Amino acid sequence: MMKFVKFGVPFVLFAILVGFFAVGLTRDPREVPSPLIDKPAPQFQLTRLESPDHEFSPEQMRGKVWLLNVWASWCVSCRVEHPLLVQMSKTQQVPIVGLDYKDQRVDGMKWLSTHGDPYVLSAFDDEGKVGIDYGVYGVPETFVIDKQGVIRYKQIGPITQEALDRKILPLVKKLNG
Amino acid sequence: MIPELGHFALVVALALAVAQAAFSFIGAHTGRRALMGTSRSIATGQFLFVAAAFAALAYSFVSSDFSVVNVVQHSNSKLPWYYRFAATWGSHEGSMLLWTLMLGIWTFAVAVFSRHLPERLVTRVIGVMGLVSVGFLLFILLTSDPFERLIPAAAEGQDLNPLLQDPGMVAHPPMLYTGYVGFSVAFAFAIAALLEGRLDAAWARWSRPWTTAAWCFLTVGIMMGSIWAYYELGWGGWWFWDPVENASFMPWLAGTALIHSLAVTEKRGTFRAWTVLLAIVAFSLSLVGTFLVRSGVLTSVHAFATDPRRGIFILLFLVIVIGGSLAVFAWRAPRVGLGASFAPVSRESLLLANNVLLAVALAAVMLGTLYPLFLDALHLGKISVGPPYFDAVFFPLMAPAVFLMAIGPVASWKRAALPDLWLRLRWAFGIAIVTAVLLPFVFGHWSPVIAFGLWLGLWVVAAGVAQVWQRFAGAPQRGFAAKVRAQSLSWYGMQIAHVGVAAFIFGVTIVKGYETERDLRMAPGQHTTIAGYDFEFKGTRDLPGPNYSAIEGEFDVRHEGSTQVFLQLHPQKRTYAASGQTQTEASIDPGLTRDLYVSLGEPVEGNAWGVRVYYKPFVDWIWGGCALMALGGFLALSDRRYRLKRAATEPAGAAAQAMRP
Repeated sequence: MMKFVKFGVPFVLFAILVGFFAVGLTRDPREVPSPLIDKPAPQFQLTRLESPDHEFSPEQMRGKVWLLNVWASWCVSCRVEHPLLVQMSKTQQVPIVGLDYKDQRVDGMKWLSTHGDPYVLSAFDDEGKVGIDYGVYGVPETFVIDKQGVIRYKQIGPITQEALDRKILPLVKKLNG
Repeated sequence: MIPELGHFALVVALALAVAQAAFSFIGAHTGRRALMGTSRSIATGQFLFVAAAFAALAYSFVSSDFSVVNVVQHSNSKLPWYYRFAATWGSHEGSMLLWTLMLGIWTFAVAVFSRHLPERLVTRVIGVMGLVSVGFLLFILLTSDPFERLIPAAAEGQDLNPLLQDPGMVAHPPMLYTGYVGFSVAFAFAIAALLEGRLDAAWARWSRPWTTAAWCFLTVGIMMGSIWAYYELGWGGWWFWDPVENASFMPWLAGTALIHSLAVTEKRGTFRAWTVLLAIVAFSLSLVGTFLVRSGVLTSVHAFATDPRRGIFILLFLVIVIGGSLAVFAWRAPRVGLGASFAPVSRESLLLANNVLLAVALAAVMLGTLYPLFLDALHLGKISVGPPYFDAVFFPLMAPAVFLMAIGPVASWKRAALPDLWLRLRWAFGIAIVTAVLLPFVFGHWSPVIAFGLWLGLWVVAAGVAQVWQRFAGAPQRGFAAKVRAQSLSWYGMQIAHVGVAAFIFGVTIVKGYETERDLRMAPGQHTTIAGYDFEFKGTRDLPGPNYSAIEGEFDVRHEGSTQVFLQLHPQKRTYAASGQTQTEASIDPGLTRDLYVSLGEPVEGNAWGVRVYYKPFVDWIWGGCALMALGGFLALSDRRYRLKRAATEPAGAAAQAMRP
């Protein structure tokens, strides 16, 4: 009997995998609550991507409503949202600060020069320490931070036109208003 | 008319596949020779009808029949004919058909080349492959019909994705799919053997050449994909840990573990249950990989949702094939029993360690690849898991595997003595260390990572040389030529494949350690110097292509300090007329010790351009290593012993004994 249990392990593992797939096929979209919402944005001090001599901290953005967008040159999904960010930066509705996450400085700058730079600046988080404070578990992620430095919204995954029109821009307008 | 014929051929093929599976299983179960005798001819018929369907689709593409939806979406009359042909598998529907065609070819090959094997086993193998065919043909006919008509016909097609308009892309998917689908043979042998309750050395010997062949094709397929990414994406990168790449890499890892585990099962009769499981896993990963890529779940967010029938069908199919085979495994494997025992230091142990490391690496890659999918499936958002994760987990797992790989062939079966291993490999060990410490100084700067990488590669080569030397010295034949001839092809194949791994490691280590990449803005007449080469940007000119217009840059390359132009490079920026998409064509001067790589970025003000100039030392060794691995595999499977007819009739142990060189 024990033998059958042992050799059945692959089958059970596969069944769990299938369960995941099946749930994924039927489940309705739902919101992910982030523990950081309505909490002050964690402070940090990082060098800027393009100029290692200058530092950036969220304190510098106090008094402004701004977006913190976590990206990386190795991130494939970032290429999906990037054109939207570039487009948004042209309208100057809201300043976007980049957080270049676990990247190489050269790669990051190269990426921006190829795909366009929508950021007022990018902070360079090569060790991913700031990412830990912000609960980043994947790239891209985007935070909406208000004038008092409080996180008001978190977008996990690429920003879509829909998320932009329905959530992010109205929220920015409200916070500014 | 032709598309309808193609569609009809698919329906006939489906009927034949059903018959192939049913007759084979019933025949093998009842032992009726008349029924078993039909399986080969039905399989051949099934293959011919799938081939006819494929030919019909290819004809529709080459003749630009824009009354077929698939052709409209993926082709254009301005495309050169070879890309119109390659566009046949440029779509989801077409690639599924290519998959099914490959399955037909492999089944046909089994029918032709396995006449010396026991009738009942081969019948079951063909039956299992027939079942897989049924699944794929149903999938195509029900959810992914490539022959769907567009009435009225369109005047022009929307063009093939420019990324795919490349010679590499003509050959890459067929190669890759040949490899993927080839694992279906190993899988079918495993299931057939489980059903027969006969998992012995003979079974391992019969499925070994098929597995090796599939593995070789997969290796070449992945290599071509990597080369393509290198020159076509314009970044100079050769591996991105992209989900699509991982989908092909996971079966490769499982297949690599499988061919080593099969060696143990063939020679020693051990690892049987594990080998069977690996055969199932390798093919299951091919299936999962194909679907993950082709259904687009990993690249576009809601591909399942856009056509729920496809998603549900895929899931059902995976459940039946993978779940079914794992259930058979759970049911039959406990009776397989254990093989001969072996000591903690022995070739078996080393191969076991290799298998465990490969399996863990596989699990790590799988976790990284599917993690975004899980989150996405649970609607937790879409994320990327990138190279930082994969590099961090993959290389530490592979380094010990490669280290042991050099020892494995030297160790004897059953029991090996550590002092003896040390005696045989101490020179190789010493030479590898000394060379690895010194070599980085020759290349430029010294770093522990580079020295370590070089040491791993040198260790493999040196241990291989030592082994070849000792084997020749110990051979009873007189004269060098006789000694060379006396060794088996599969032994040479193994040595060459292992040297291939070493070449690959050299390539990766040196290119990562010493490459120079420069991204800069260049106006005509400006120079830049990297790694002793002087690049002068001469300017750009317009160049019309068949279905695109290109801007071509011209670069003069000189050795630093010389006035002699020894090389001109012409990178292009193409804009495709039908889709308006732009595409970068890098210009590369390849070489044994370095590639010079220039690609155009974006135009800046005036005549200036963003330019990427790369110096890539030893980068071609990466693919050279892959080619050597594949070559080794092909040599191994042309070994004489796989073609011996008497092997079929002799009991397994005796046959294995007799075959030992």
